[in-house]
Amino acid sequence: MALNEMRAETTAAVVERVVARYRRDPVNMLQILREIQEACDWLSPDVIDLLQAALGVPRTKIEGVAGFYSFLYTQPRGQYRILFSDNITDRMLGNQALIKRLCENLWLEPGKTSEDGLVSIDLTSCTGMCDQGPALLINNRAIPRLTATIIDEIAELVRNWTPLSEWPAAYFAVENNIRQADILLGACMKPGEGLRAARERTPSDGFKSSNMRSWREGLPSGISGPSAMLDEIKRANLRGRGGAGFSTALKWEACRNAQLQPGHERFVVCNADEGEPGTFKDRVLLTTCPDLVIEGMTVAAYTIGAKRGFIYLRGEYRYLLEPLNAVLERRRNEHLLGKDILGIAGGDFDIEIHLGAGAYICGEESALIESLEGKRGTPRNRPPFPVTNGYLDQPTIVNNVETYAAAALIALNGGDWYADIGTRHSAGTKILSVSGDCERPGLYEYPFGVSIRQVLADCGASDTQAVQVSGPSGVCLGVDEFDRRIGFEDIPTAGAFMIFNQSRDMFEVARNFVHFFQHESCGFCTPCRVGTSLLKNLMDKLHNGHGSPYDFAEIENLSQLLQSMSHCGLGHTACNPVLDTIEKFRPAYDKRMEHDQFAPAFDLDRALSEARQMTGRDDAGAHLHAPRTVLGEEA
Amino acid sequence: MSTNFMLDGQSIPFEDGQTIIQAATQAGVYIPHLCYHPEFKPHGSCKLCTVKVNGRQTASCTMRASAGMVVENNTEELNAERRALTQMLFVEGNHFCPSCEKSGNCQLQATAYHLGMMSPHYDHFFPNRPVDASHPDVLLDFNRCILCSLCVRASRDVDKKNVFALSGRGIKTHLIVNAASGHLADTNFTIDDKAAKVCPVGVILHKRNGFAVPIGERTYDKAPIGAQVEAVTEGV
Repeated sequence: MALNEMRAETTAAVVERVVARYRRDPVNMLQILREIQEACDWLSPDVIDLLQAALGVPRTKIEGVAGFYSFLYTQPRGQYRILFSDNITDRMLGNQALIKRLCENLWLEPGKTSEDGLVSIDLTSCTGMCDQGPALLINNRAIPRLTATIIDEIAELVRNWTPLSEWPAAYFAVENNIRQADILLGACMKPGEGLRAARERTPSDGFKSSNMRSWREGLPSGISGPSAMLDEIKRANLRGRGGAGFSTALKWEACRNAQLQPGHERFVVCNADEGEPGTFKDRVLLTTCPDLVIEGMTVAAYTIGAKRGFIYLRGEYRYLLEPLNAVLERRRNEHLLGKDILGIAGGDFDIEIHLGAGAYICGEESALIESLEGKRGTPRNRPPFPVTNGYLDQPTIVNNVETYAAAALIALNGGDWYADIGTRHSAGTKILSVSGDCERPGLYEYPFGVSIRQVLADCGASDTQAVQVSGPSGVCLGVDEFDRRIGFEDIPTAGAFMIFNQSRDMFEVARNFVHFFQHESCGFCTPCRVGTSLLKNLMDKLHNGHGSPYDFAEIENLSQLLQSMSHCGLGHTACNPVLDTIEKFRPAYDKRMEHDQFAPAFDLDRALSEARQMTGRDDAGAHLHAPRTVLGEEA
Repeated sequence: MSTNFMLDGQSIPFEDGQTIIQAATQAGVYIPHLCYHPEFKPHGSCKLCTVKVNGRQTASCTMRASAGMVVENNTEELNAERRALTQMLFVEGNHFCPSCEKSGNCQLQATAYHLGMMSPHYDHFFPNRPVDASHPDVLLDFNRCILCSLCVRASRDVDKKNVFALSGRGIKTHLIVNAASGHLADTNFTIDDKAAKVCPVGVILHKRNGFAVPIGERTYDKAPIGAQVEAVTEGV
């Protein structure tokens, strides 16, 4: 049992070690569960018994959290847990054949664990490797650029019980693929430069903001660095890079001005839960310029007067945890983080990294905060908003990775410099994660205002049929819209840019996205929980050849309902890909209208598939009505 | 001193801090709901109580009333959407009203009648949900669970026991009980718990009590849901 290095440790010792490391505080429940699972492969009833005692929380709380996250297992899932990324881009690169190949190699069905408890194979939502797919995760480690050869080698390594640490390192190499850099991806700011500039800055229009809120302002000799910094962010016209485009300055100011209860403090949170299928810019930013992001967070802390911050890193990027922790440690040693930053007495700010565990919904800021608090990632009822009632009910800003990186540059170069880049309502640059049908997938950073056509030309896309901008929750653009521009005035985006050429079936693209939303719905509200499942069933019904105009009307009614009744953005946008493709790629749907009148989704022959699988038969006699082509061949 | 907002053209007084549904209920206006219960912290998950506030849809159980708000409630559009949500709840679980002990006392059934639901409309999911008959006094029939979390809140906030919780995610969200075995008998739940009395549907059923009141003579057989709320203003 040398497979897992922690195997020598007893379960009780693992639990004790992890719980102690997290100060026995149930607020760290998700991190505790995740780390225990890393050592024990799954969260057994024993683990939950031990945790219940060690943390003093009811079992229901532990099981409720463990049951919410895709990457936490309360059933044994094998010592090798393989999850294939199943974004549409992975599919276009042939992941289906590879999944089948690995399953056949290992005598396994997707979703099941091998009888010897060695391995399980399943699907997961986009893992952020779209520019180098098809990709998989094995025990939360990413393997991109899969080929049939690598799949065969993996099967061999698994069968031989080879520990992951002995697998070829080349498997796990993730490329950055920066194709076009601008101010962010090309930044050469030295660590601390932005902070120093922020500290030395004085306001252009006097002392406007109230004092006693930030590190510096409370001091007798205080210069007004923080309020001046806020002025610069205002002048920069920086808007949130997560896609919604909310004014960063307004958010920071609201948090800075929020009334503090006794014992409360302010928090800076970096949303690195990059879950939107097709997006991978945050992975590269955190790989190539983590200092820029962390410096931006520190600038934010300086501005709003926070002492603690979190980076919420998606579980798919687990491999970035150690490198990022090393950067944090180095910055502490350089007095850019921790106590008395830059030698300012009382200038304290430190950052903890929390890992997600496979839940797209945690990219929604209030769900992210719930998750940070060690709970199920369910979006909160709003108002109140996080700027006043965030982490532990205390004032909190949550910004995207790219937003903090931009803030660091604004600290260094000033707001006017930044506002001059891009367009009037969309200042600065935007990093696009380009994937799909093109010669050079990867990251492209442009000043806002770039046209779709320009991006397509730069990445070597030809014969393009459609571009899905900002992921499944964004918009699908057809050929006649390629002169539209990236920017809050026209097409806002979190950065995903998936390209589909004329050979692609846009119905299948939409169906993949609908499956994604169904899988990622948190289940809190009725319309999204049930509605996304109904929508998935309808799309599958069309796929299975039972479509009629009736189903179109149903899809439209459901869309309306999801948009008006859902609790959060996931439900509001879950129908977007379907509505967009129906409008713009109608022939792909018309092909599925095999019936004029309503036809039931239930298919008697399909219902026999389980019996066929059990008996190992697939001949004509095992079908109720054999497919016409098969009959033709037989005749 | 109270101020007012407009609900379907009617002026509704409210006190500071009251939600729309609280103020409406006090004024004798019924807003359909399932996960809301006046004694517990609002959850806002069933979405049946959705109203339009100044043209924008929001759950009335979590939205605080404010002066001058213009709220739509009893409109064709909203009731059609509420009906669709009710249908969703019916197909998501296994609800067989004619044989259900809760028939006539069930808020889901009564709300469906109130909203004029004539069929489940959507294809049934027919989920496989085993029942839990382990407890000496109470049967749990998860087939009818609508995930309103009222038992969760009652057990946590009133009984201080945390007997119930939601686990899973999305369509796989389900109710769990606080025992390693997963059985109610192995928890400290008793029939006197508040949580034993709040289920709006037929999940938490008291044993040896079946059909004590015949169908036809039960709460919502006598008067439709909402009538109790509306009775407040009768004769005024």
